[in-house]
Amino acid sequence: MIRLEKRPNPSRLWTGLTPILAVLLTMVVGGVMFALLGKPPLEAIRTIFWDPLFHPQFAGYSRPQLLVKAGPLILIAIGLSVGFRAGIWNIGAEGQYIMGAVCGAAVGLAFYPAETVLLFPLMVIAGALGGWAWAMIPAVLKTRFGTNEILVSLMLVYVAENILASASAGWLRNPEGMGFPGSRNFKQWAAVYNDELVSNTGMHWGVVAAFIAVIAAYVLMARHIQGFNIRLTGEAPRAAKFSGVSPARIIFLCLGISGALAGMAGLFEVTGPAGQISIDFGSGYGFTAIIVAFLGRLNPFGILLAGLLMALTYIGGELAQLMLGLPGASIQLFQGMLLFFLLATDVFTNYRIRLTGREVA
Amino acid sequence: MDPVLLVASIMVSATPILLAAIGEMVVEKSGVLNLGVEGMMITGAVMGFAIAVTTGSPVLGFLGAAVASAVLSLSFGLLTQYLLSNQVATGLGLTLVGLGLSALIGSNYEGQRAPSLAKLDIPGLGDIPVLGPMVFAHDFVVYLSLALVAAVWAFLKYTRAGLILRAVGEDHESAHALGYKVVRVRMLAIAFGGACAGLGGAYVSLVRVPQWTEGMTAGAGWIALAIVVFASWRPLGVLIGAYLFGGVTVIQLNLQAAGTTVPVELLSMSPYLITIIVLVIISARGAQGAPGSLGRPFHAAS
Repeated sequence: MIRLEKRPNPSRLWTGLTPILAVLLTMVVGGVMFALLGKPPLEAIRTIFWDPLFHPQFAGYSRPQLLVKAGPLILIAIGLSVGFRAGIWNIGAEGQYIMGAVCGAAVGLAFYPAETVLLFPLMVIAGALGGWAWAMIPAVLKTRFGTNEILVSLMLVYVAENILASASAGWLRNPEGMGFPGSRNFKQWAAVYNDELVSNTGMHWGVVAAFIAVIAAYVLMARHIQGFNIRLTGEAPRAAKFSGVSPARIIFLCLGISGALAGMAGLFEVTGPAGQISIDFGSGYGFTAIIVAFLGRLNPFGILLAGLLMALTYIGGELAQLMLGLPGASIQLFQGMLLFFLLATDVFTNYRIRLTGREVA
Repeated sequence: MDPVLLVASIMVSATPILLAAIGEMVVEKSGVLNLGVEGMMITGAVMGFAIAVTTGSPVLGFLGAAVASAVLSLSFGLLTQYLLSNQVATGLGLTLVGLGLSALIGSNYEGQRAPSLAKLDIPGLGDIPVLGPMVFAHDFVVYLSLALVAAVWAFLKYTRAGLILRAVGEDHESAHALGYKVVRVRMLAIAFGGACAGLGGAYVSLVRVPQWTEGMTAGAGWIALAIVVFASWRPLGVLIGAYLFGGVTVIQLNLQAAGTTVPVELLSMSPYLITIIVLVIISARGAQGAPGSLGRPFHAAS
């Protein structure tokens, strides 16, 4: 009989091994899925994980894309991980990301066509504030009324999507756009365009912010008293209360950080790779970032790696769509499976597997 | 607006959420929090649609949807009950998997129309003026959903199995000590919840919209979760909640169609806003009736 025995502490070895195991399992099951779709499985896996980086013809284009896609994922996931550590489940990062983009863009567009270096930083602040404010709604409702933050933050995603639709078709629409939905194009406005900082690397301000966030989150969680309080709240809520940690403050702190980071990610995306406010400006990052946060084991440096890996599946997925005619949705499923396998293999982290003789029940 | 038509369309609009919510309520009564309702619903929607289009039979579509979503929900059960994974994270994973899976399967079915589901023609009842077309001119799934609510109510209140289910959800340690199979009870509840969510999803793609579009459940699964909280884990509350929500949706759509001065986006977001407001009111009153072991992993140490 197989028996699970709880480990006194999570195994450090398995904490590191499970993401690798999950990726391998996803490749195997994904390969089977591709085979069922009538595509060569090995070639598909190679196209997704190898070709974007090393293919002589495509790598030149797709390598910079790695940072472009990973930047927002890492930025959002870092914020989410702080909350998840405290047991605060902000599932609405997608909404905070959208609101950050809308608020930041609105502030910028109000000053069109000013050409001052102050404008872009102002927009970044507005973006962060937009995301922060959107995250404060579930925070306030949770602390004042005890409302479940999972459901509220998620409902707010649908609200944010409608605000985005109304912005792109109405109050932020390009007045010179001949009635087409979508705001002015930030790429044609030098003062605010979030361009590559080093050409052909994909490195823009959002990526820089993501790297800073990784380091800041590490310092916060490992060296700062608030980080300790956050971890304590997650692992032993009652002990945290007795030691004088205010749950409300932790909720505001965690949701605030994740909202502000998601909002910034939205602003960087809309002024850079997306270029304008439109109904579907590169959304979906908010949900994928949840996978990134878990895959990175809620650890800042783990998230950095997980974000790069997840970015690779996006780019490889596009390549596989192009080269092998693989349906785009299969990549979405692929990413979902990754999270599932990770959660499944996590049993090794927290439990020892014991084989025992048949017991008398 | 014709009140007869209004009531009839509210019933249609409420049915998917009612089905998903009553299933989830049973799951939560057993002490498991499955946040994957949206993923199971969308899988049910695509499987129901695919099967109904292929076989030409909507009834087979509903059956297939229930089975497919139940199977999918068992993967959640396997992870949370046997591999003891975090229920919140696994539920989210289930939704992400379901959204991906449905988009993959559905890509071949876009632009097709579902075979229509016949209305039940109950002799006599349908001919009653006003009341007839209002409540007695629907397809069988509407009545199935209502019967399911009654059945769940009776099951939880009057049967021994229902009592065991509640015991497992209230205090799994004690239930285990008494010799009840906690994990087995929960797996059955999870599968039932999956099947209900699948039926609800199939109702969206086969009756409400009669076609397949990616992400067409648009948060209905999450609203079903909110309705369970609203209902304080009682079947009658689930019924009221689902019909209230169906009412909001229908009125909002009618206002859109009538072309009021209220912006369309504001109307479209109103169901979600109202869900939030209702959640706040319920929580402010102090959410009552949540099962004691809800969301806590169970590991039989001995």
